[in-house]
Amino acid sequence: MTEWVTALLLLLGGAFILLAGIGILRMPDVYTRMQPATKAATLGVGCLLLAVAVHFDDLGIRTRALAAIAFVLLTAPVAAHMIGRAAYIVGVPLWEGTIVDELRGQYDVRAGVLRSRATRGSGTPAAGGE
Amino acid sequence: MSGTGPLLAAVSNVVLAMLTSTLLLALVRLVRGPSLPDRVVALDLIALTVVGFVAVYEIRTAQPVLLDAAIVLALIGFLSTVAFARYLERGARR
Repeated sequence: MTEWVTALLLLLGGAFILLAGIGILRMPDVYTRMQPATKAATLGVGCLLLAVAVHFDDLGIRTRALAAIAFVLLTAPVAAHMIGRAAYIVGVPLWEGTIVDELRGQYDVRAGVLRSRATRGSGTPAAGGE
Repeated sequence: MSGTGPLLAAVSNVVLAMLTSTLLLALVRLVRGPSLPDRVVALDLIALTVVGFVAVYEIRTAQPVLLDAAIVLALIGFLSTVAFARYLERGARR
């Protein structure tokens, strides 16, 4: 019984990581590529580590596997957020099919300040689309 | 628990093949990626995939000690991604 659950979790994790690999190759720009590389890959690695926790009948191993899952779940969004922000600040172009870019003209790169629409008229002029 | 049954051996073969193809796909993106953030995202995915590799290999060889290596790899992958992001942002502020 445990063996079947482990096999199922392994296959699920492998499939999700494979989807992440296909997604990172096929998506049109950095911002969409980050979606599979963080979400699908996190879910896949989570499934694989959960398979480890199910497979080994030992409290220490199970605790460490669950701690590893928690660590990956906590750090993957943070890393993706920082890379996305850096890409936008550096000026990586968005996909030409992008419909809305709410940050355009609102972000002062030199000062590192994000202005909301209400305070846009006061202070230094907007940096404009990089 | 010594070794694994035939079911887990076969399944881990399939999963290792999936992870290897993911590594190759991410490697293509790493080589082709038009900008530096693309390459950093590909490196992040490679780090996560290697963590998955260690997990599958651990079940396959019944060596639970390898889990420590997986945790350390996840930590190093996260730190390198954050370091790259800070480096890119600092370059843009100049």
